[in-house]
Amino acid sequence: MAGRMTAPFRSASGGLVDRTQSIAFDFDGRRLDGHPGDTLASALLANGVRLVGRSFKHHRPRGILAAGVEEPNALVGVGTGGRFEPNTRATDLFLYEGLTAASQNRWPSLAWDAGAASQLIAPFIPAGFYYKTFFGGPKPWSVYERFIRRAAGLGRPPSKADVDAFDHRSAFCDVLVVGAGPAGLAAARAAAEAGARVILAEQDGRLGGALMRDPAEIDGRDGLRWADVVAGLVRERNGRVLTRTTAAGFHDHGLVSLAERRVEAGQAPTTGPSQRIWHVRARRVVLAQGAIERPLLFPGNDKPGVMLASAARTYAARWGVRCGARAVVAGCDDGAYLTALTLAEAGVEIAAVADSRSAANGALADAARARFACHLDAVMMAAHGGRAVGGATLRAGGRTFNLACDLIAMSGGQTPVVHLHMQAGGGLAWDETSGAFNPVAPRQNQESCGAGAGVHGLARVLEDGWRAGARAAALAGYPSPGEAPSTRSGSRQLAPTSAGAAGGLPEGASARTAFIDFQNDVTAADVDLAWREGYRSVEHLKRYTTLGMASDQGKTSNLAGLVRMAGALGKSPPEVGLTTFRPPYTPVTFGALAGRRVGEHVAPNRRLALEVAHGEIGAAWQPSGYWRRPRSYPKTGEAPAAAALREARMARTAVGLTDISTLGKFEIAGPDAAAFLELICATGVARLAAGRGRYTIMLREDGIVADDGTVWRLGQQRYLMTSSTGGADTMATHLSYVRRVLAPRLRVSAVAVQERWAGIAVAGPRARGLIADLVGGPPPAHMAVAPARIAGQDILLLGASYSGERAFEAYVPWFAAGPVWDALARAAAARGGGPYGLDAMDLLRIEKGHIVTGAEIDGRLSPHDLGLTKVLRRRGYVGWAGLQRPDFQRPDRLRLVGLEAVEGALPDGAMLLAADGAAPDGHVSSAGRRVLGEGAIGLGLVKGGPDRLGETLIVSSPTRGLRGRARLVAPVFYDPEGTLYRD
Amino acid sequence: MMLIACPHCGPRAHVEFAYARTVDAILPLAAAPADAARILYERDNPRGLSRELWRHTYGCRAWLRLTRHTATHEITEVVPWPGA
Repeated sequence: MAGRMTAPFRSASGGLVDRTQSIAFDFDGRRLDGHPGDTLASALLANGVRLVGRSFKHHRPRGILAAGVEEPNALVGVGTGGRFEPNTRATDLFLYEGLTAASQNRWPSLAWDAGAASQLIAPFIPAGFYYKTFFGGPKPWSVYERFIRRAAGLGRPPSKADVDAFDHRSAFCDVLVVGAGPAGLAAARAAAEAGARVILAEQDGRLGGALMRDPAEIDGRDGLRWADVVAGLVRERNGRVLTRTTAAGFHDHGLVSLAERRVEAGQAPTTGPSQRIWHVRARRVVLAQGAIERPLLFPGNDKPGVMLASAARTYAARWGVRCGARAVVAGCDDGAYLTALTLAEAGVEIAAVADSRSAANGALADAARARFACHLDAVMMAAHGGRAVGGATLRAGGRTFNLACDLIAMSGGQTPVVHLHMQAGGGLAWDETSGAFNPVAPRQNQESCGAGAGVHGLARVLEDGWRAGARAAALAGYPSPGEAPSTRSGSRQLAPTSAGAAGGLPEGASARTAFIDFQNDVTAADVDLAWREGYRSVEHLKRYTTLGMASDQGKTSNLAGLVRMAGALGKSPPEVGLTTFRPPYTPVTFGALAGRRVGEHVAPNRRLALEVAHGEIGAAWQPSGYWRRPRSYPKTGEAPAAAALREARMARTAVGLTDISTLGKFEIAGPDAAAFLELICATGVARLAAGRGRYTIMLREDGIVADDGTVWRLGQQRYLMTSSTGGADTMATHLSYVRRVLAPRLRVSAVAVQERWAGIAVAGPRARGLIADLVGGPPPAHMAVAPARIAGQDILLLGASYSGERAFEAYVPWFAAGPVWDALARAAAARGGGPYGLDAMDLLRIEKGHIVTGAEIDGRLSPHDLGLTKVLRRRGYVGWAGLQRPDFQRPDRLRLVGLEAVEGALPDGAMLLAADGAAPDGHVSSAGRRVLGEGAIGLGLVKGGPDRLGETLIVSSPTRGLRGRARLVAPVFYDPEGTLYRD
Repeated sequence: MMLIACPHCGPRAHVEFAYARTVDAILPLAAAPADAARILYERDNPRGLSRELWRHTYGCRAWLRLTRHTATHEITEVVPWPGA
């Protein structure tokens, strides 16, 4: 049974997989088996699947390059429906029962890809292809478009909404350790032993890092057992160990964001969210992210079967998987010998070991030389084969020769992962020996250690991690811990100690198929071309060739590209410099970033006190900022426009009531209340008598109208000021700014009371009688305010008209709005009236020529532009100085006019033109119609408008295909003398 | 994300705060028209320390004066707005 389940390239024993259980999964419609502990990549390799994708630009066959998150090739779409996730690295995806994965960038199938024909025309898609195409004008694009559309894009976006929940969480600790390889574990142990509270974050599903690839004994135990002991210690000291958790970003002031996968991509969680973002504030952060191996540069280095040496070792040691039957190992340090020994142990035949150095000493090299053909000064010249590697050309000892092989394990040296260090503002130092940058000059509360800091060899890595952890704990206020962990020396399983680098393309090799960036298909020839075309800055090189701009962010390629660029410039890599490291370190799904702020939770939902009452009488709702307000109350089958007109006519002929609760309201009180209001309001306030109110406008400091409203004097030192719904929050901040920053000596308080008072406007020729009956006495005069009682509730009653009719506003305590509304609604119904919504309110105010914030008050116009010069005080208000700028006096500014349709349409937002083809003279800011009469009317903003009354302009809205002509008239269409609302 | 030490509430994440403007862009109530445009529009953009007006909107709501390095985001001073 067990034998039948063992896949062809899986060893009979060894590694960290559970061979007693199998997991079925689906890859491109093929049902395959793996074991618990497998990644999709290890399971595919165990089953002999080597071709896993097509490349982005040239559709070249690609296999698995790496064993970790740096994988550029093996991207798959995982899951189905609402759990589909594209561009998931097969190397960073642990198997689960029922996993469904599909390769990307191929059509119709992976093996027979039509786009692969583009390989034949690859010379025609060079670096900067898109720039050149677009500079060529529209014609070449139209030629290329069909071809590019098919080939473009990496993966496909999901087509269904995500069905899972995502969570955000904040956490605090003394020491955050990023990475649970030997260095991170040693750091965590040191910090925890010192008494610090530690969070240990590891992106892998298991702790141990390189110990899973190169087993070793630490403190007298197997390395992975030792890792468990460290984790136990961290937890014991109130710390936390998070696996499948990637430190995605190191942000300002020590904030580190962690992305935790609670389940794998495409997998349904049993409980809770599928992913979680942690916002961690730690006193100190230890970065132990390890290093990423660099590929070698040679023609055909992207063929399936060419992989990183460390990855080949990992598949053999961790998963018991042979990545081939016969291997050529090419490297630049002792890792090549370790790789050959590890692969041979797993049953891979070693064709040759090619070391680019001219000398190699030590136990590893000696052990390998005793068993394999090992070459010094050896260079990998080319990989051969079609859909997979079939051979390699080596040059060594002055001769060039071919070897048959199906696996090339390569290493160009180790690149420390400095992403978080750099995001945190750290510096870099070039290390000539390793051919890489090491982190230096940390700027925030971070320290780097281990391979991530350019330290090699297990013993030194452990000591370095320990030092970093102890130092972090000390800086967080904890005494020194005990003794650093030790490893048995002399073990042949020790990680290689010498650092080396091999970056260049071998002499005489073609650059055309020597890939630097595998994911974005950038070759050495592309980099050379960019240089020939004059690109000298590494930032320009990146954007022109797209090197390092794919979803892997150049983890295996940035340095190689930089080295090649530097070579062409005749400079050293540090002189050329690196591009910016930006979060996230590995891709984070949008769902995780959004967290719980989706759907109803995107923004607060502000509810009217009367929401239920409106709903009961059939309100059609309209969003209004964070509120939703009744747009109208349509009868069955009634169209929105018809409902609005019916409601507006009701207000003009009988009585209507409408909910105005969302208006901004502020209570201003104190000995200096009037002086304060005279700063806020550009209109006269100080001479307002108690019990009276007035229309007002508020300016920004630059003289532009910010908002309008009313101000009411409730008592000697007490005022109520209103502003628009949308401007309420801005106004609250403005009042506080003026009160606290500009005029801190004024004895005044300004309190936002928007939700203290619900507001109901009652308007129409029968409004006065209605109010008189309900309050049992004469209602307040126009622009007067008085306390009153309706339905047993104490209210404020204002005589104020927005509609142009005789009207009142009842300000009712929020909790008492229901009974008052009911009483008003009953009384209105008895008089042939009823409720009206925002649409009807708009028709009424447009006909009356009232401006509104968001349409006429559009953040660009002065009081003069809006015809409000006559209400301005002479000086002394916020915005006065700004308003004196000469440009505000120009007569040809956009200014408010009324618009009367002569023929055709008069739609909101349409341009107003003097003649076809002329530049617009303005636009329609509000569009409506006469409520009782016929014909479209509106308000507009027109250059020099009031000086051009009587002129007819073309109304044009090309996007809606609407046209018409309109005459400029005075902006009041209804009762211009205001006789209707005065008693 | 910056950590701002509110003098009233202690260190809080900067999402609780609202940036208002640099201190030199505060237009005094008595400013002459000729100065208004200069103060409001002609702005320096120094690489270095910037004195700014912030508000702890989702905390104590106090106005604060904050000195911040524009390149490193290092905050060297957070004090209540004088007189507020």
